Amino acid sequence: MRLDLLTEPVDGLDEALAAVDAFDRALTGGLLRLRPAQAAGLAELADAVAGSPLAACAAEAAEKAAAGAASEDHFLALAAARTALLGSVHDALTARADEATGRTREEAPAPAAAEPQAPNLTAAARSWLGDLARAGWQGIDHDVVSGSAQVVSAMLPDPGLRRLAALLDGFSAELAASCPGASLERIPVRRWADLWARGMLLTLPGAAAAPATETVTGRLLPLGVDVQEHATAAQAQVHAVFEPADGGTPRLVRASVSAPKPDTVLGAGVWQLLRPHMTLLAAAGEGRSMDLTDMPVTAEGDLIWQDDHARTGEPADAFATARVALPTAATPPTAPLDRHPVRLAHPVFLEGYTAELDADDETVTFTLAGHRLAVDTDRVPAAGPLTPKAVAASGACIGLLRWDDGRFFLQPLAVETTVRKKTVAVHAGAWAGGTTDKAGAKAEKAATDAVAVLRERAGRLLRK
Amino acid sequence: MSDFERSSTARVIPPARPRKLAKVPFVELADGRLQGVVSSGSDIGRVYVSSVAAGTYAYACSTNNNRPCGGARGGFCNHIGALINESVLQYGAERVARYLRVDAGDGEATAQSLTTAMSGTRPFPADSKAAASVFSRFLRHLAYLELAPTTGPLPEMQWFPPTRTVA
Repeated sequence: MRLDLLTEPVDGLDEALAAVDAFDRALTGGLLRLRPAQAAGLAELADAVAGSPLAACAAEAAEKAAAGAASEDHFLALAAARTALLGSVHDALTARADEATGRTREEAPAPAAAEPQAPNLTAAARSWLGDLARAGWQGIDHDVVSGSAQVVSAMLPDPGLRRLAALLDGFSAELAASCPGASLERIPVRRWADLWARGMLLTLPGAAAAPATETVTGRLLPLGVDVQEHATAAQAQVHAVFEPADGGTPRLVRASVSAPKPDTVLGAGVWQLLRPHMTLLAAAGEGRSMDLTDMPVTAEGDLIWQDDHARTGEPADAFATARVALPTAATPPTAPLDRHPVRLAHPVFLEGYTAELDADDETVTFTLAGHRLAVDTDRVPAAGPLTPKAVAASGACIGLLRWDDGRFFLQPLAVETTVRKKTVAVHAGAWAGGTTDKAGAKAEKAATDAVAVLRERAGRLLRK
Repeated sequence: MSDFERSSTARVIPPARPRKLAKVPFVELADGRLQGVVSSGSDIGRVYVSSVAAGTYAYACSTNNNRPCGGARGGFCNHIGALINESVLQYGAERVARYLRVDAGDGEATAQSLTTAMSGTRPFPADSKAAASVFSRFLRHLAYLELAPTTGPLPEMQWFPPTRTVA
């Protein structure tokens, strides 16, 4: 891997992000009555997409908003313009990451025709997002924020609306914890604009559709497990190399399992919640491959996991997979609407680096051939054996190459480290399928008890 | 703009800390109150809905059937005490103190120091109108256990990385 390419400037990146920031600052103050600086921010965003098919509608939206006459459709146009700009940023960063890792990427297929989905609920969600845009982050209060609760509750039971529901649920919890906006000391300006724009787009028919396009048969070799969570939802994604049984080119795939959760279900409790719905978590935790038969997969390389299409296979060391199979694997494209820098999660393998632990803030940095790469150990789930110290003492690492806040960094999924002169592998997702580790077993027991109490209370108090 | 402002994955809410749920199954900092549900010690079918308002510390405690708690006349009852204790376990004393706008004086805030500081202002009882909405929020919270997991990918969760830093 060429770390030097990751620190070199990317052409046009600063200009694109400057236009995004200009819009984000305008949104912070609210779009109901714009000050001149805010109007200029919207115009800057519209100018940035002037050479695209969005030019006319973005320009109109910026004008109407400046005149205090913006409708929901105008907000949608602004969200689309911002999304397109960040899509271009995503593409440039992905190309750079592909170059650094020597990877080739498959072509994206044309998106499938859209089917409208629960139009009343998506309209209600859009209306709430419209209220947020008018108020701005500095103008939010409990009344505005609580408007999402009913919409989210109605959407959550429908798996087809889960993407929008999980997004709005996490977003509104952050806003609720930050009310009133007028007294906020600092505002996550880009983050909230991201979540707002994402929510707006997901209210469009077909935006969240990611249908399986084929089925695959062959061997699945797990690389590692990535966890994402907010207070009331969690997702585990297994990154793996898939080797087709017909001898075709191996490709990188992901398998995901997610669930809404009460905020008191944490750590090992998340594994317990997800474990019964994907046998792959146990296989990845135990270091085994799986044999897939006719497993559905999307064009983006997302397996739509079904346990009855998978069988646990032979032991498969993730580091052997990373050394041998990963370099030859083809990389699937990202769905057009999902192109955003936050989506960049490039499985990579590094060895021969020097690891440094900063004594003050406990951050880890890898240096390879004189070039430095920051390591984000904060993303390693606490319910697992991998620790920042183990990362700092490692000699080889499987991770996800990511980008945020102007720089590339590495999220470790597993490391090889030396204990008593023997090389041992430590995986972030080692406890995904359960554990005999003492600390892990204690966390499992506490999580089981917490869920038992909630179930008992639910059984007694719900539906009465 | 600062790093926090330019990050797509800035962590806004520290994750809750695990705690035992038997006595107080539900706690939250919401609607301008510390509010939650406390299981009755004597009747397994009964729960108390308790709350303390930010700023004024106006308190309320009643059963899920809207009967006032006998202990909450003229001051915080044991249910409210338990609610404060568990909220400190879940969110950390500092976050609870900030939300309720309590100045616990010098030294590290604890559940005890918060309770003493709030009681010391001789707060008034609040009307119990909030109880119904707190109880319905608790039921909504429990309903999350009934929602089916899915194996379709949720790309939006990329905006919600975990963090090892707790409150």
